[in-house]
Amino acid sequence: MITTRESPLVRFLLGRADDALILGHRLSEWTGHAPILEEELALANMGLDLIGQARGLYDAAADAEACGHTQDDFAYLRDVQHWRNVLLVELPRGDFAFTMARQFLYAAAQEQVHAAAQQSPHAPLAALAAKAAKENAYHLRHSAEWLIRLGDGTDESHNRAQTALDRLWPYTGELFEADQITPDRAQWLAEIAPVIARATLTLPKDGWMQTGGRAGRHSEHLGHLLAEMQHIARSHPGATW
Amino acid sequence: MSPLEQAAWNAAATVVDPEIPVLTIADLGVLRGVTETEGAVEVTITPTYSGCPAMGVITLDVELALARAGLTGHVRLVMEPAWTTDWMTQEGRAKLSAYGIAPPAKTAGRRALFAETEVACPRCGSLATETLAEFGSTSCKALRRCLTCREPFDHFRCH
Repeated sequence: MITTRESPLVRFLLGRADDALILGHRLSEWTGHAPILEEELALANMGLDLIGQARGLYDAAADAEACGHTQDDFAYLRDVQHWRNVLLVELPRGDFAFTMARQFLYAAAQEQVHAAAQQSPHAPLAALAAKAAKENAYHLRHSAEWLIRLGDGTDESHNRAQTALDRLWPYTGELFEADQITPDRAQWLAEIAPVIARATLTLPKDGWMQTGGRAGRHSEHLGHLLAEMQHIARSHPGATW
Repeated sequence: MSPLEQAAWNAAATVVDPEIPVLTIADLGVLRGVTETEGAVEVTITPTYSGCPAMGVITLDVELALARAGLTGHVRLVMEPAWTTDWMTQEGRAKLSAYGIAPPAKTAGRRALFAETEVACPRCGSLATETLAEFGSTSCKALRRCLTCREPFDHFRCH
């Protein structure tokens, strides 16, 4: 188990890295289960991008923290209360509509984060964001296209997409909580609303919003995910292959 | 470049992308530089995508190429500046096309959310092509189909 020393910058970097790793892990869970081969590849590719982004951010966090921690330490040697990701990314993958709707909502917010991060005086963060922004553009487009296809598809796919949006909505507030970089919710809404309208879906009404992920107060789902993800590394401490 | 740096560059530049063996890392723009310090060289490379799984193999292959050339050195991964398909050499583009993969269009920068890209079929040159899958066999490729000769082909995505 490691103890992190979190300045505001380190905490921010860990939060963003944890978002990417956990969402990447959720996408990887589709491997072998996707509805069609092309989506199998797409979900794995998007997951790979996110896990790659997480690795870069963990390196940046380790440098800023200067405690000698590695990517693997952050990923495998922290218990659930020390994870800084938003709750949105840890929710189980659900059905295909849920996965795509979540990807869309997340990617649309990330677009602003990456744009701002590229202007950051912290050079490693700016460099990572320049790369991530391009990857995210593909994720945003892919998930937007699927949301439209599902929403404007059959009654079944429409209902599933709407249910996914409604269920995800209370978890979107956390994406806009004040941090080193804070995306603008109004701008995000302006970006996603036309896609949701084109998908013939209804934009959910803002109500009570979930919070706590950044402070380490997680849903029960994260513990289960970590148990699976960390199992090998913890059973064989220091193992290399 | 010092003679040693040039020798190291030449050795590293022979390493090919394990996923697209027709391209060297120099063609791709993945090989960024070589610097010499007290008789040892440092080769810098940059990943195409954040999660590119080929970087480990490329690092090993560069170290092997240096050793084969009788040079002492190591490889460092740099993230800045971020790689772009604009760095791919003209020679690299021609090789890709001859291999059956449509090279990326010369552009970097934000596209509109649903902008269509015009991609020529690497076999018959027709511009009447369509996307089959946005994410192909590797992170850097999409799968397309030519509507003229009907052949499917990989497209190296613009990045």
